[in-house]
Amino acid sequence: MKWEDTLRYNILLVFGLALMAAALYLVFIYAPTEKTMGDTQRIFYFHVAVAWVAFLAFFVVFICSILYLWKRDIKWDIIARSSAGLGVLFTTMVLITGPIWARPAWGVWWIWEPRLTATLVLWFTYIAYLLVRSYTVEESRGARFAAVLGIVAFVNVPIVYLTIHLWQTHHPPELVSDLVSSMMLTLLVSIAAFTVLYILLLIRSISLTKMDMEIRNLAQGDARANTRKE
Amino acid sequence: MDDLSYLFAAYMVIWVGVFGYVFFLHQKHRRLQRQMKLLEEEKSKQQAD
Repeated sequence: MKWEDTLRYNILLVFGLALMAAALYLVFIYAPTEKTMGDTQRIFYFHVAVAWVAFLAFFVVFICSILYLWKRDIKWDIIARSSAGLGVLFTTMVLITGPIWARPAWGVWWIWEPRLTATLVLWFTYIAYLLVRSYTVEESRGARFAAVLGIVAFVNVPIVYLTIHLWQTHHPPELVSDLVSSMMLTLLVSIAAFTVLYILLLIRSISLTKMDMEIRNLAQGDARANTRKE
Repeated sequence: MDDLSYLFAAYMVIWVGVFGYVFFLHQKHRRLQRQMKLLEEEKSKQQAD
């Protein structure tokens, strides 16, 4: 990274840390305890924030996949691949924190109801995306296959969002407007903190993927030079 | 388990996930730096030959 980029990254990092500290203060101290669910309801603030970031990550995969197929520029593939990895990470967190909330709320860890099942399908789809991208031998073909999958897989995201509107589910509806102002503020700051965290991790992941590709290209160049010498 | 244990477990999952990913990126960075160093050494050896 150039020094200007490093400076910008460090400013964003400090901003992200401040936001995360604020989010933790709001979640554990400022936000009032919910009457029916008690302290378990506080899981909601980070659970929703992490779910939002997962959707954002998959949206970035979708846009970058379209741009890759259109422009055939490898940078879009690198961004899509890095974002897909983060999307899977955040969806994993959603799939684990959800049941931790469900156990005291519903009395069971997991129910095969539309929202939970659709989220699990979403997770498997992007695992498939990462496997296709990693195990296709020819680089350009892998990027092409993954881009198509990145576009098709995004269909799952609105399905996950709409499940609670289309079917009867156990999952609570998104009644964000019903939140009292202190709870709303806590949720918004948590979402902002996780969005900055996603951007920071994405920048790091992109630079490492670029470095990995450069090393592979260099190694291939060296191997070719050695073959010519022989 | 009481309410606070569930709350603690959920937040632990998130922080373990975040720090685990940061650690994974750090390890990848170290591995790539090692590979880069090896390639540079090989190149300078080839040039000396």
